[in-house]
Amino acid sequence: MSEPVIRTGTAVPLRRDDVDTDQLAPARFVPYYRPDGFTNILLADWRSDPAFVLNQPQYQGATVLVAGRDFGTGSSRESAVWALQSAGFQVVVAHRFGDIFRGNATTRGLWTAEVDHDVIERLWAEIEADPWQAVTVDLATLQLSCGAVTSPFRIDEPLRRRLLEPGDRIAETLAHLPEIEEYEAKTRAL
Amino acid sequence: MGRTLAEKIWSNHVVRPLDDGADLLYVDLHVLHEVNTPRAFDDLRASGRTVRRPDRTLAVEDHNTPTRDGALEDLAGRRQRELIRANCAEFDIQLHRLGDADQGIVHVIVPELGLARPGMTIVCCDSHTSTLGALGVLAFGIGTGQVEHVLATQTLPVHRPKDLAVEVSGVLPDGATAKDLALALIAQIGTGGGQGSVIEYRGEAIRRLSMEGRMTLCNMSIEAGSRAGLVAADDVTIDYLRSRVTALGGDEDFSATEARWREMRSDDDARFDDVVHIDAAHVGPRVSWGTNPAQNLLIDGRVPTRADFAAGEDWASAERSMDYMGLRPGQAVRDLEVSTVFLGSCTNGRIEDLREAASVLEGRRVAEGVRMLIVPGSAAVRRQAVSEGLDKVFDTAGADFRAGAGCSMCCALNEDRLAPGERAASTSNRNFEGRQGKQSRTHLVSPRVAAATAVSGRFTTPEDL
Repeated sequence: MSEPVIRTGTAVPLRRDDVDTDQLAPARFVPYYRPDGFTNILLADWRSDPAFVLNQPQYQGATVLVAGRDFGTGSSRESAVWALQSAGFQVVVAHRFGDIFRGNATTRGLWTAEVDHDVIERLWAEIEADPWQAVTVDLATLQLSCGAVTSPFRIDEPLRRRLLEPGDRIAETLAHLPEIEEYEAKTRAL
Repeated sequence: MGRTLAEKIWSNHVVRPLDDGADLLYVDLHVLHEVNTPRAFDDLRASGRTVRRPDRTLAVEDHNTPTRDGALEDLAGRRQRELIRANCAEFDIQLHRLGDADQGIVHVIVPELGLARPGMTIVCCDSHTSTLGALGVLAFGIGTGQVEHVLATQTLPVHRPKDLAVEVSGVLPDGATAKDLALALIAQIGTGGGQGSVIEYRGEAIRRLSMEGRMTLCNMSIEAGSRAGLVAADDVTIDYLRSRVTALGGDEDFSATEARWREMRSDDDARFDDVVHIDAAHVGPRVSWGTNPAQNLLIDGRVPTRADFAAGEDWASAERSMDYMGLRPGQAVRDLEVSTVFLGSCTNGRIEDLREAASVLEGRRVAEGVRMLIVPGSAAVRRQAVSEGLDKVFDTAGADFRAGAGCSMCCALNEDRLAPGERAASTSNRNFEGRQGKQSRTHLVSPRVAAATAVSGRFTTPEDL
């Protein structure tokens, strides 16, 4: 089965910078958390405010999250990715991502698209003006669009390829087992 | 053309280059803790795979271990510890359980046990694995999916990060610590400043740092966005390793390895992708005011105002942080009162940190209405502190010196949490919203400032007491 090259869906304008993994999956839930079970931990502290953007009716069912600078900084907790996916998000658009988060996201098939901050601002304005219009993210052309906004986005080529051809990475590595063993034999001799 | 230290370690560990531009990197030591691993073992089992090198894998219980004598255990935490015990038993992995002599925070016990040696690669399901770079080890944090990959293969497909040199010239003034240097760097380059890079810390000020100070600095590398921190091996490194081996009762002969370890430094003509300069003379005691580690300033400073920001969006972020932290623009940091002081964590839970705090607390008392938690980074740190009589100093001062070791209030995964709205001075690494409990207000400081602040009840240096 081939992977989709385009994802499209309505979006949530998360007007925040530095959305760290402690926010995405607050520590107190992490010990209880299973990716396929408890689904309501995403940004739990902010969501306790009824006015918070994720609680607003016009953004329910969204699959794209548009945030500001440095999204997913902090801990290596992969539950931050699971929390986003459990809440229905398939794509995060931000100005910049934490390294470990971006790797974890790719492992689990969550797309991360990096754009300049002025594009984020225009996307926010567009989505807020009409929450029902979709954001389209094309991994083949590295373009995203929403209403009047079109922009290229950045994702490292290996991450992009990994998203388009997920496969079983461990099996791929185990295919190199003879070389791993050779490496071990060589370094043992040192 | 010379090579950087990171490049040397990297090329020594490439099993093979992969066709997507990544390298298949060999992992010398894989460390696990109870929180981020259950799913990795579940997936490993589900795909019918096993742990390839249990002899190169080590596990600890640290994140949600209770540290108070007789504390009621959190059930979810206990469940996670049961899981790691079962997983380690099933796959024959050595585990330092709660109560063991070698139990403690993963990044504290690995060097303590003499397991981190120059030129190695070490990974762990924890972002602060960067701590081990202090010993000339390429060490970085990984996610749960990668844990599964390393368990199954002892390797990881990774892209080579960029090389960022942080050159710290001069000498740190009296009263300025490695923690203050880390905070000063992050304030300068921002939480994203090191993204995609390994930082190599260089210069006179770094050479003069103790091994534990270097660990504190490398520990915070992740807060500048970088994957890892590194310090080249030198006499401090070799002496530290020798003292660890001796302390553990070993009589290992270093003559064959020492020369190789000493090569674990960048060549003089090595080229870095970027260089950041810091003058150590300008580093002083610092306190974070906001909700990310870059939002910090000198203890004599004031919470920023609109005039401190060029861009409107930066000010909007700062305003949000201030609002969360309950601060007013222009407020003097020294006027802020705290109700809790936390000394501990993988950043500052080592014996030197406890000694530093004890030297401040000696003959003094923790202020009325302030609680001070002192949580040793490992059971061995606690034993050492007791043998030096630090426990008596802490007791007499009215501080709560915990019986157990662990992450404790740094990540609030055990029973130690701040109450909503509570303001704390903390020697840990993250002042994120809710990090130390829902609605918690964390100010990051060094152990000396933490201890002095406990005595006065507001942000203070020992020199002011």
